[in-house]
Amino acid sequence: MIIAVPKETQPSEKRVAIAPENVAAFAKLGYEVVIEKGAGENANLPDSAYENAGARISASTEEVWSVADILLKVTPPSLDEAMKVREGSTLVSFVYPGRNEELLDKLGERKINLLAMDCVPRISRAQSMDALSSMANVAGYRAVVEASHVFGRFFTGQITAAGKVPPAKVLIIGAGVAGLAAIGAARNMGAIVRAFDTRPAVKEEVKSLGAAFLELDFKEDGAGSGGYAKVMSKEFIEAEMKLFAEQAAEVDIIITTAMIPGKKSPILITEEMVKSMKQGSVVVDLAAEGGGNCELTEAGTAKVAHGVTIIGYTDFPSRLPTQSSRLYGNNLVKLVQLLGTADEFSINQEDEVVRGALVLDQGKLSWPPPPVETSVAPAKKPESKPVDIAEEKSKNPLLSGGFLLGLLSVALLALGWNGSSEFLDQITVFVLACFVGYMVVWNVTPSLHTPLMSVTNAISGIILIGGMLFVSGANPWLAGVAIFVATINVAGGFLVTQRMLKMFRK
Amino acid sequence: MNTENFASFYPLSEGLVTMAYLVSGIFFILSLGGLSKQETARRGNIYGIVGMTIAVLATFLSGKVSNFELLVPLMLGGAIIGAVMARRVEMTSMPELVAILHSFVGLAAVLVGIASFLDPGHALLEGSDKLIHEIEILLGVFIGGVTFTGSVVAFGKLRGSLSGKPILLPFRHFLNLGMVLGSIYLGSEFLHQGHDAALISLLIVAGISFVLGVHLIVAIGGADMPVVVSMLNSYSGWAAAAAGFMLKNDLLIITGALVGSSGAILSYIMCNAMNRSLVNVIFGGFGTGSGGSGGSTEIEGTITETSAHEVAEELKEAKEVMIVPGYGMAVAQAQHVVKEITENLRGKDVNVRFAIHPVAGRLPGHMNVLLAEANVPYDIVFEMDEVNDDLPEVDVLLVIGANDIVNPSAQEEENSPIAGMPVIEAWKAKTVVALKRSMATGYSGVENPLYYKENCRMLFGDAKDSLGQVLSGLN
Repeated sequence: MIIAVPKETQPSEKRVAIAPENVAAFAKLGYEVVIEKGAGENANLPDSAYENAGARISASTEEVWSVADILLKVTPPSLDEAMKVREGSTLVSFVYPGRNEELLDKLGERKINLLAMDCVPRISRAQSMDALSSMANVAGYRAVVEASHVFGRFFTGQITAAGKVPPAKVLIIGAGVAGLAAIGAARNMGAIVRAFDTRPAVKEEVKSLGAAFLELDFKEDGAGSGGYAKVMSKEFIEAEMKLFAEQAAEVDIIITTAMIPGKKSPILITEEMVKSMKQGSVVVDLAAEGGGNCELTEAGTAKVAHGVTIIGYTDFPSRLPTQSSRLYGNNLVKLVQLLGTADEFSINQEDEVVRGALVLDQGKLSWPPPPVETSVAPAKKPESKPVDIAEEKSKNPLLSGGFLLGLLSVALLALGWNGSSEFLDQITVFVLACFVGYMVVWNVTPSLHTPLMSVTNAISGIILIGGMLFVSGANPWLAGVAIFVATINVAGGFLVTQRMLKMFRK
Repeated sequence: MNTENFASFYPLSEGLVTMAYLVSGIFFILSLGGLSKQETARRGNIYGIVGMTIAVLATFLSGKVSNFELLVPLMLGGAIIGAVMARRVEMTSMPELVAILHSFVGLAAVLVGIASFLDPGHALLEGSDKLIHEIEILLGVFIGGVTFTGSVVAFGKLRGSLSGKPILLPFRHFLNLGMVLGSIYLGSEFLHQGHDAALISLLIVAGISFVLGVHLIVAIGGADMPVVVSMLNSYSGWAAAAAGFMLKNDLLIITGALVGSSGAILSYIMCNAMNRSLVNVIFGGFGTGSGGSGGSTEIEGTITETSAHEVAEELKEAKEVMIVPGYGMAVAQAQHVVKEITENLRGKDVNVRFAIHPVAGRLPGHMNVLLAEANVPYDIVFEMDEVNDDLPEVDVLLVIGANDIVNPSAQEEENSPIAGMPVIEAWKAKTVVALKRSMATGYSGVENPLYYKENCRMLFGDAKDSLGQVLSGLN
């Protein structure tokens, strides 16, 4: 079977579907790979590299389209191209079926299988073929590069002989793949990075990349299905806008990544906010394709408004073509592996991933697929297990419970042999009280050792009663001193315990 | 005086007094139970106060007490002094206060014992009753005496007015044994001597117990002081219980037994935490075991000094910071600065945690109390076992005036006097900054190889000053 890769025809598209290193992977699966001449040129992937990897270079566009059993592309084919697809073949590319109905009709007529890379379900198993993520990763990085390109200052703070340079402050809205990539890139360049997301679950990821996570005093979980955030309540949005307005006045660069699949992107940065930003600041709008998160964004271009550069490019991945092509090619390899080797090629609809990506099944529309639920909330970390070190303690045979109990019983029996009943009553009380003390204290929290000790100390001032009983006797002063010191102990002990306990707070 | 008239005219019946004592005993049990959990701790203390009040009032009104013109001023005076001490004491001096309060109980027990012997009621006893009573007096006086002087010595050691190093007389175990045997001999004489001669024997026994108390505690190293304070706490309980036996007073017996057993349990728990045997702590100084006489091996290597400024920079870069406080923090009163640094770092989204060794400081839970005083939230304060596994992920670990509890030789050297004691594995952190006044050894007198490790930096100086500079570096 032949896998064919045509040159991308959309203007400004510099990517190519596969990189030379992917050729070998396909060959291993038994496929023959045909590449259109110059397909990788714009991505700095020359024909010779593909040829060396075992691909056949074809100078004829027509041939490439007509020999393909599997056609690999980046962007959706144009309507003209759609007519060139060989009937009954399989096409894999970004499709965006929601907004390309006409294209789907055309391709449907060709009775092909159409797998959309943008429809690969975002489940753990499919991560390796999640091209949206790999492209978003590139976009996030590139957004920072674009921003730094037009931003007139360093990102990192420096103290130089020529003066002190303050670090740039970057706000990143939306901590999805693109947002996280942007955080990482901006952090690595030395900027102070803050991030906001409606999903509290991503807080840890944000922090792990070294950015501060901005939070609202408002509790609403924005986690929706499919790894995207859901639409939030009005109150939440108001609180959120207030936060952005505050931040806009303070930060130098804002990168927005808030896209809602199939819908217009929400406006998060208003014209007012742009006005409040410092001269020379930058807004990079990664959601420009869906209308943009900034009120002033113009899709596809960069412009300056109120002294702020607003970048609304829609082709960030294509602006890093070599990297994007490599990543996309790897995603394609993984997807084709799922379809089987050349000898056993099949579109297995039982497979959740294949089913999700399958838009046309031999020309029949099979999109949208039945929903697949995923969650971005990481599983709660298990509580760290308390290590039982009690096991390590030195075992003293003399202190073993059974032995002590036996000793105690013998001693008690010996006492019972010959003692007045009153004394025995006292012993009874004494022994029981010892056990009560033991039971009560055994599980004390370590942080309370000191207060506990101090309270038991105060209580042991009960000797005071003894003094009181003798104060009317023959030696009142002897008892008097005892009473005096015991009272100091009682009062001091209780009060200091009270003082200590007051200080404990959560 | 009105109370006197009231009390002598309307004495409570004996039954009522007994029941009041019972109620008071129950309150004490509730008090100890309450103190074992954070949520109920304050209520526990209130129970204790209520119990004590009931006990004192019931005794007042029992009709057995007169001489109020002596009693009332003494109690008022004692209460005021106690209250002032409790109010004035610095939280860092808590251990001393607790120790000196123990000594008061011990002294009171000795005095009550002697008073009991001199009481005319005693002379009226005959036969086995008299014998039992005299044995009880002896025990009360003896335990009380040991508690009294032992606590005074512990107080001195904790304050630093006595050296923390164990003072070991030759043949000290024989000396101890001799003193105990001497007391037993004198005691047996006491049992069948005439009144005057018996009094002298009793006083000599008291004297011996004083000496024994000093000798026992002087031989225990400073690092074991937490256990000692707890043991003395237990002794003071036993002394009270002995007094209860001689007075035939159930309340004293119950309370004394409660305090005695709970103190003993607490000491036992602490010894476990240090992997030491209780018996060794009671009878022996540190480093006197068979293997430890040679001390630890010499440490070769160099230490790396750092500056407050560098530490501040490192903290700024860190994501995971852990603070291991020790007695040095208490001495320098640095807990408030530590808290401010914590707040500052937490404001910068640094995860700051505290790792508390069970015997850090001079009292168990000493560090918790200090950190609580400085308003460090207790949910970021962890026990050694909770954090030891996380240490490799810690970027900067601050050791503030702690030494033995982060000493790797506890794990690495078999001959070390502290071998086998669980320690916070500070050396596993990426960077360790140890704040210390000098290179002097810790309370145990053992060298600490941690300071010579590659990832360890030393910040010399008073912890409060150094941390103040670190804090201004952070701002």
